[in-house]
Amino acid sequence: MDEVQDELARVVREHAGRLTACLVRVLGDFAAAEDVMQDAVETALRRWPEEGVPDHPDAWLLTVARRRGLDVLRRQAVYRDKLARLAWPVPAEPDDRLKLIFTCCHPALPRQAQVALTLRTVCGLTTAQIAAAFLVGESTVAQRITRAKRKITDARIPYRVPSDGELPDRLGEVLTVIYLLFNEGYLTSGGDRPQARDLADDAEWLAATLAWLVPREPEVLGLLALIRLHQARAAARFTPGGSLVLLRDQDRGRWDRQAIAEAVQLIERAAALRRPGPYQLQAAIVACHAEAPGWDDTDWLQIVLLYDMLLALAPSPVHRLQRVIALHHAPPPRGGAATALAELDALPPDDRRTLDGYPLYHATRAELLRALDRPADAAGADRRALDLTANPAQQALLEQRLVWT
Amino acid sequence: MKYVLLFVETERFARDLRSMDEETRQAAYDEVGRWFAEHAAKITHHAHLRPAHTATTLRLDGAEPLVTDGPFVEGKEVVSGYAEIEVADLDEALAVAGSWPACPVVEIRPID
Repeated sequence: MDEVQDELARVVREHAGRLTACLVRVLGDFAAAEDVMQDAVETALRRWPEEGVPDHPDAWLLTVARRRGLDVLRRQAVYRDKLARLAWPVPAEPDDRLKLIFTCCHPALPRQAQVALTLRTVCGLTTAQIAAAFLVGESTVAQRITRAKRKITDARIPYRVPSDGELPDRLGEVLTVIYLLFNEGYLTSGGDRPQARDLADDAEWLAATLAWLVPREPEVLGLLALIRLHQARAAARFTPGGSLVLLRDQDRGRWDRQAIAEAVQLIERAAALRRPGPYQLQAAIVACHAEAPGWDDTDWLQIVLLYDMLLALAPSPVHRLQRVIALHHAPPPRGGAATALAELDALPPDDRRTLDGYPLYHATRAELLRALDRPADAAGADRRALDLTANPAQQALLEQRLVWT
Repeated sequence: MKYVLLFVETERFARDLRSMDEETRQAAYDEVGRWFAEHAAKITHHAHLRPAHTATTLRLDGAEPLVTDGPFVEGKEVVSGYAEIEVADLDEALAVAGSWPACPVVEIRPID
């Protein structure tokens, strides 16, 4: 993405959500507000590259949204009257974006709609940009958004911050959406899609905004730290040719030490709130890697310990597998290839069935078997891993999993 | 805003209910009674449906009306009752439905 596009994305992200929130407040209608704001964003993306970004982009966007709104909402006298009375500067109100985020990520909406709606409404992406980022048709995205907005109106999904009792679940929903966005961006970044907007940036911005809006929620800080720790390694993740470099082989001199230190401070801030959670633990694991001067200097035992805590809170076959990998590299007597292989083969049958479809599972077995001098068995596991990675998408996924480890 | 909560029974739930001893079953019914009492101010109407084997379905989209035995979807999950509630929004409806103590599935539908 070139610099102009970057700057546009930044400006729109900074203002679109605030203005949409403001319009929902004025109109009392989520769908109508979202419509006119989307129109203003599309106009801005068309005109700003030629005319330059205006001095007050927010005032500009509001003026366009208001003018277009008066046309679009011509039949609904109530909206028109309300819009007509709206002038810049808008009356100062507390930041309403939190309400916007919670409505977009309401559990009564399907996940894909939550994602698309959040990107459009809170981050100011256009339907076309979302479609490009997820490699789906524009009409598919448009339809998801239309359906979601209709449900918000017809089923009366409220526009407010959930009560204290509801907050943990609802916040979890929002964090899942941000995490998904980040993974999507992280998986596709550096690929052959230079036009695609960098969703990892949007995810980081969303997490940062959320952390600013709800500063005392440790999992929000944990997710922000996790995202920033990954972003800090971005420069070392690809060869100049664009292929992925595994964590083990990355040039650690190219990691952003400043960003890593700041992310670690975020983890410490979260830990001080004394409510551990899966995002904080994942961030802590990545921090162990990020702070290590080299692969061999990594504190593998600490990582195993963190995986134990993570598994206690959020058991998952993939985390169990990653724990085994950490165990392999940890020093004996606790770690080592023999212990790791024993643990891998002692995983519950359900886990093994799930992992059997994961190339990384077989690749890990192969590595452990080779380390234990069982080349014939290792070759078998290698073949199994290769069979599973015959298609390029799977291959990318395998590499991705390795990067994560 | 009015919503209908459609209570949906699963085969497993029906089996569990059948296999309960008298005392446990009565306790389960009492719990449902308490739920209705607790939300009485919001419940405008409610009914328990007779079991699925009593259902008759009429299809009117063919040349002739077609009468068949059983509920309209042949499945493991059947609607066993409903309650109409009057609340502010979907979150409040979710909160009411969330404390439902009996069958394991509740569909929430706004009504005009």
